[in-house]
Amino acid sequence: MTEEQRLYSIWVYLQAEPLFWLTLTIGAYLVGDYCYRRTNLFPLFNPVALGIIIVSAVLLTFNVQYERYFEGAKFIHFLLGPATVSLAIPIYRKWDLITANAISILSTVLLGSLFAIIITYMLAQFFMLDREILLSLLPRSVTAPIAMGISELIGGIPSLTAIITIITGIIGAAFGTFTLDLLRVKKMSARGFAIGLASHGIGTARAMSRDETAGVFAAVAMGLSGIVTALIVPLFIYLLKI
Amino acid sequence: MLESIFYIFLFQLVGEMVQKYFTLTIPGPVIGLVLLLTTLLILGRNKTAFKLKLEKGLTTTSEYLLSHLPLLFVPIGVGVVMHVSFLEGQLLSVLLVIFVGTVLTVGFTAFVMEKIQNLVSRSD
Repeated sequence: MTEEQRLYSIWVYLQAEPLFWLTLTIGAYLVGDYCYRRTNLFPLFNPVALGIIIVSAVLLTFNVQYERYFEGAKFIHFLLGPATVSLAIPIYRKWDLITANAISILSTVLLGSLFAIIITYMLAQFFMLDREILLSLLPRSVTAPIAMGISELIGGIPSLTAIITIITGIIGAAFGTFTLDLLRVKKMSARGFAIGLASHGIGTARAMSRDETAGVFAAVAMGLSGIVTALIVPLFIYLLKI
Repeated sequence: MLESIFYIFLFQLVGEMVQKYFTLTIPGPVIGLVLLLTTLLILGRNKTAFKLKLEKGLTTTSEYLLSHLPLLFVPIGVGVVMHVSFLEGQLLSVLLVIFVGTVLTVGFTAFVMEKIQNLVSRSD
């Protein structure tokens, strides 16, 4: 065997193993995190966005099917479930703060969710998007499983909604902090709540890794807005006869 | 640590079962979150030694899991990049709708939240 053939056989072996894809995923994320810190938290260098770009570039360069990559990366993906459940613990620890803010939490959830739906509808109308795409866009600010359920119910395309939801999350995580700084929002509770409501789990993840109070309010906003949006969107479509 | 991982998995499992049984649109892990939170709040009334130990373990585990939460979205995000051709000619407009919509929603929500918080604290 020539040197080239030997390297190729190692590559064939690695591709079929989860270890390679797990190492790549964590490595790409760490590179993203490093760039984000080095550039003084520049929003475009968001660790998730950069991690995704690096992994995608590797897959596209070496012509690897996504399904093959996911066979390995699914072990990281699996942890999303337990991580979601474990959000209960910081919420429990900050429970007094949440009950003290009950009025502002409940009213903001209603107004914010309604705003997210209306602004999406108006923008989609402005860009003259197809009806199916418009319907797939409407539930975009809530967590993917809920958004997909709503999309299916109202006649959107659930897999398209899943993609749109993830993009929404990444944009919220990358530009949310920047927007809040621009608007000079100081309170961690309001900052976290806004990011969780507008960009569900990915935004919550960002908020949680920066500040516990912001993270807890983001998690509460994400959960409540998911429920509220599931109730409002069908009603909105019925009233507007879309 | 192992005990708290067990409890977290267990609550997710129960959450998934509830979701399947009642065919709810709310995801299983979110139901697990609500159930675990309710359990902690009910148990929280009496501080036994067992409970304090459990709480400490859960806090350590959740802090570790949550400090790396953004990483967990990388695999699914790569799927989005690989399947983005789905949108074809409307990709740019859809991206603009998402970008403008999300930034405005963050701004509006934070603004409303702060205003209401100030109103509430003033009336106290």
